[in-house]
Order: sequence, then C-alpha cells, then structure tokens
Amino acid sequence: MITQNIRMSPRRSLLRRWFEPKSIKKMAPATAVIVYGLLILWAVFVLFPLYWLLITSFKLPADVNAGPVYLPWIDFTPSLHAWRELFVFDYEDTLRAYINSIIIALLATVLCVTIGSMAAYALGRIQYKPKFATIVLFVLCLVAMAVVVGRWGVDWRLSLAVALAVFFVLARAVGRHFKATLGNGDILFWMISQRILPPIVAVIPIYMMFQSVRLLDTHIAQILAYAVVNLPIVVWLMHDFFVTIPTDLDESAQLDGATRFTTFVEIILPLAKPGLAATTLLVLILCWNEYLLSLFLSTSNAQTMPILVAAMNAGERGILWWSMAVVIIVMIFPVVLMALVLQRFISRGILLGAVKG
Amino acid sequence: MTSGTGATTTSRLGRVAPAGPNASVTTRARLNEWLDRQSRQLFIAPAVIIILIFSVFPTIASLVLAFSNIRLRAGSYQVQFVGLRNFRKQFFGTEQFHFLGTFTSISLLGWIVTIASAASLIWWLYRYAKRDFTILGFIGRLITASMGFGLALLFSATLFSGNPFGTLGVTIFYVIVGCTIQFLIGLGLAVLCAQPIKGRTFFRVVFFIPLMITPIGIGYSFRMLADTTKGPFSPIWQWIGLGDFGWANHAWTARLFIVIGDSWQWIPFIFVILLAALENVSRDQVEAGQVDGASGWQVFKEITWPQIAPVAATVMLIRIIEAFKLVDLPNIMTSGGPGIATESMTLHSFFAWRALNLGDSAAIAYLLLFVTVVLCVSFFNLLVLKRLRPA
Repeated sequence: MITQNIRMSPRRSLLRRWFEPKSIKKMAPATAVIVYGLLILWAVFVLFPLYWLLITSFKLPADVNAGPVYLPWIDFTPSLHAWRELFVFDYEDTLRAYINSIIIALLATVLCVTIGSMAAYALGRIQYKPKFATIVLFVLCLVAMAVVVGRWGVDWRLSLAVALAVFFVLARAVGRHFKATLGNGDILFWMISQRILPPIVAVIPIYMMFQSVRLLDTHIAQILAYAVVNLPIVVWLMHDFFVTIPTDLDESAQLDGATRFTTFVEIILPLAKPGLAATTLLVLILCWNEYLLSLFLSTSNAQTMPILVAAMNAGERGILWWSMAVVIIVMIFPVVLMALVLQRFISRGILLGAVKG
Repeated sequence: MTSGTGATTTSRLGRVAPAGPNASVTTRARLNEWLDRQSRQLFIAPAVIIILIFSVFPTIASLVLAFSNIRLRAGSYQVQFVGLRNFRKQFFGTEQFHFLGTFTSISLLGWIVTIASAASLIWWLYRYAKRDFTILGFIGRLITASMGFGLALLFSATLFSGNPFGTLGVTIFYVIVGCTIQFLIGLGLAVLCAQPIKGRTFFRVVFFIPLMITPIGIGYSFRMLADTTKGPFSPIWQWIGLGDFGWANHAWTARLFIVIGDSWQWIPFIFVILLAALENVSRDQVEAGQVDGASGWQVFKEITWPQIAPVAATVMLIRIIEAFKLVDLPNIMTSGGPGIATESMTLHSFFAWRALNLGDSAAIAYLLLFVTVVLCVSFFNLLVLKRLRPA
C-alpha cells in the first residue's frame, strides 16, 4: 500500500489537486470550473434574449434589417426613435391597453385574494359537513337542466329556475334521509382541483354568459374570469399559511367577544402577511400575463397588453421588430420587478411549504 | 308621488331621531350579530358561488355544447342536439387528420411498439391484481392502462409509421418532451446551485426571471432570436449554410422551437422549488456520506434524492397540469404551423371557435379535459401518492 502510494505520488497529487476537494465544504478546482461554467452558460442563455430585446428597441430599422449588430456604440448608434414613436406619436392604443391591464390585473387579484383567503381561512377553522346526497342532487339537477336545454331547446333561464326550485324543494328531504357527509378536506380538494380544468373548456360558455348580459369587452367580465381561474392557487397557498397559525389565537379573540370577521381581519391576516404578500404577487403576475381569457372576452375597449402585443404581428410591413421590442419591454418591466421581489419569498421557503403539502 | 315618499322619509327620520345614537348602535350590533351567526356560510360562500357560476356551470354547459350543433342567430344561439356527431367527426370523420393524425397502414416498428406497450400494461395490471387487489384501484388502473394503450397505438400509427400526427399527439408531445427536458435541466441547475458556490443569490435571481415574463413576449423574442437572416445567430447559420432555413417551416424544428421557448420559461419554476428543497436537505447526512467515501452520485441517489422526491413529484404535477394548457407560445411563434404541426389542443379548440364551429370547439375542449384528468390523476395516484410517500 505505502510503496504504491509513494510510487504514484507525483501523478496522483496532481490529479488529487484537481479532482479532490481540499475540505468537505469546498469544491475541487476541476469541479468548480465545470459548475461555474455551466451556471454562467445558463445565465447567458437566460439573459441573452432579454439583452437582445433591449438593444433591438434602440436600433434603427436599417440596423435591424441589414443583419445582426450586437453592441451599442460600437456596432451601431443607439437611437430613441422606436421609444419616441411609442411614447409621443402612437401612445393612445398602448396606453389604453396598459391601463386596462393594470385595472383588470389589480382588481382581479384583490377579488381573488380576498375571496380565496376567506375560504382558505374558513376551511382551516370551521368544520363544514355538506351532505353528500345534497351535492349529488344539486349536480343531478344541473345535469338534468343541461340535458333539457341541449336536447329539447328549452330556454335556459327557465330551466335554471326550475332546476334550482326542484333542488331547494328536495334538498331538505334528501338531506334527512341520507346522512353521509363530506369534510373540509373534500371541499379543499374540490376547490384546488379546479385548476386542472383547462380554461378552454369553460371559456366558451362564459363567453356566451357574458354575451347574454352584454358584458363582453368590459373590465368586469375579465376581472371575474381571471379571479376564478386563479382562485385555486390562492386557496391552496393561503390554506397552508393559515394552518401554521395556532388556533388558540382565534379562540382567545372570540372569548374576548370578537366576531369571526374581526378575528380574521385584525388577528389572522396580519400574522399571515408574508404569505399573503407572496400569494398576491404571484396572482398579480399570472393575471398580468393572462392571454387566452382576454382573447375570448375582449375585442377592443377592454383589450389587455398581451392581446395588443400579440396583434402587432398583423402589420402590412411584416413585424416591426424595433417597436415590438419597445412594447414588450414596457409590458414585461413591471413583472420583472415583481419577480425580483417574489423571488425572495420563494427562497425563504414560504411558497415551498405549499408544494410540500 | 314624490311628496309622498318625502313624507314617509321625514316621518321615519322623526321616529328614529328621539332614540338617538343608541338605536343605530343596536341596529349595527344586531347586524354584526347576524353577520357573526352567518359567518360560517359567509366565509366560504363567495368562493363556492363564484366557482359554481364560472367553473362548474360552464363545464356542464360545455358538455351540452359538445353534443350539439350551434347556429348563430341575431344576438342569440340556436342549439340543436346532435348526439355524438362532434366527437365522431374528431375520431373517424373529416377532422380525424386534425385531431388524431393521418393513418395509413401501421409499420413494423409501429406494431412492435403497440404490442410491447400492450404487453407491459397487461403485465402491470396482472401484477397489481395479484399483489394487492381492490376494485376501485383496479378500475382506476384499467382506465390508466387503456389511455396508455390508446396513446401508444396513436403514436405507433402515426409517428412510428411515418405519418403526421394531430393536435392530440402534439399536446402529448409538449407535455412529455417539454416536461422531461424541464425537469432534467431544472434539477441539474438546482444541484449545481446547491454546491458551495459564490454568488448563489445572483444566479438564483437571474434564473428566476423568465418564469414571470409574459409568454407573448417570450414568443416574439424567440422569433427574433431564431430569425436566420436578421437574428443574432445568423452569421452562424450562414456559415453552416442554412441561411434560408426557417425554424417554423419544418414540423419537427417548429415543435422543438416551441419546446425550447416553453422550457426557457418553465425551467426556473422547477429550479427554484427544487433548490429550496435541496437547501432543506440535512447537511449532516450528506457530510456523513461523504466522509464514508461515497461518490457524489451515490450521495445524491441515496441521501439527497429520497428527501426531495416528494417535492419533485408535486412540482412536476403542477407543471404537467399547466403544460396541457399551452396555447400562447404556439399561437405566437408558429400560429400552429407549418400546417397543424405545432397546434396544441387548446389552440385547435380556439381555431374551431373562431371559425364559429362551437360544437367542435367544445368537443375538442372536452377531449382535452378528459386526457388531462386521466393522465394527471394517474400521475398523482401512481407516483405522488404511492411511490414517494410511504405511509
């Protein structure tokens, strides 16, 4: 053993210096080169599209069309023409879409987070025992109504009223006969599993619903639709945060005479603030980026940024990459800022808790 | 009329006034009390109602649409029940090429794949039936196996027989290939970032950014980058001699193009969550393993992976659910082309809707829902629950 070691020592020591770590907390030089190399490679892959977007927005049409130029002030002279075009001459459409996007995303987020966190809190604190038979009856009534509408063409408002009436008449009797109940876990699962539903399944009837009440191409239609689509995420994440808050706090507050609402708003929500912030940011970003629902539910007045940008393809002169780059930068700038804030929450493991659960 | 209402108002005010602030306090207190008594319902009712109206009801309505022929009348719709016609059209009729793909005869390779998958699925069912049999479990596995066999047959008849496949195949392709790539790269990056490196925060922040960028923006940026005459890599393309090559002009490069865009966006999601999971792995065990002389791979396989596997499975479940909904990237980057080569099912349904074929659109949407639910529930039951969480 020893002789072997001595004989091979020059070669092994070189190898060892390169491939074996000096201590357990450090990497060997060769590993370090590979690790940093790969990480930097991926950072370039991530950042390059953004860099290209940025410099394209400062290029003149000639600079884009003549073939690629890479470095401002060296390859080409940066020009503000595309930015000026957007902000000075052509700002009306963009500004309207931008304001629409802000209004819709903000209000949808507020609605979604409010409703979702209330439901999540209730599911963590109050025992619900919906009767299984009642739910089956409700679904049967809805299906019967749908069949009647589809098969015999009865007016849907009439059949909805009849279906609901039948449900309320029978609900009590059915509830008395069949005692099996579901629990909070089932309700929670039902709410979260709504996320599996591809939006395309629900969006056509939603379109028809809003059309029949003349709410197409309005903010309110999109706000409601966005809120529903993101509700499962809020319920899931917020439920996880509320579970970590001890129930003693609720109980002592209620002994002091606080109502459930006061307990929720003044004691529980402040404690769940980090989670609330993270969830709000996440939903805000998802609403800002939403495309399909807006595609269905808006035409011109309530058009959001993603739709505006997607429609820029349709110009006669092909895609004007420089203006496109400007609009995309304007569109993604707020989300990138939010992402940087949100990243802190994830690295603190707040969102991880939900994924683990 | 107006004077009458005025009079009642004053009289009402007059009656209330003498009682003073006390009365309003009691009304408010009574209201509060009533609210508190109803709080059980009030807390959960908004969420339940909004889900019922905008999610459950439309899902049922969509089912009705899928079984009907819808004609547009001035301001309203005429719904006519047509039974399974919309579905039959997708599977056997004029839309078969679009939904399933083009069929000729199945090649030898196709037969081999079909028989192999059938045999393995039957073996899997048989083993389950012998070991721990429950009726529900068996029915669930039977559904999973039928779906698996159907997809195997679909790909044998199209991909392995040299025929183009339709939007169902494209969607499955995005889910399987996209999610696999994203998982492997995301895990790799997370492992790299979990090494004792400097500037971890920098890398984590940078790697996180793409997740939040609007897919529309990503679609156009990647079109800009991929342009072989004006894009940044055009000198390379010219040099290889592919100067007039267009990514979006060939079926497979177009699909690959979309998977790359999708991965650019979603790898950060898997990376960030897995990195957070890796940081929670106990250092003691890893160091003990290293002291005992285990190689890096052994440490990862025996110590790290079992601890992060549940998180990984959950992350992949979320990712797969979202991958089935992919629509914006194909619409922006290739508008589903060339032909139908990159059209996902959501996009297919959208195009049908735009052509006012509401019945077809709903039928395709429902088929997507069916495939999504079966595959996601299978994934959840067989991987997330069974394998990774021994009770």
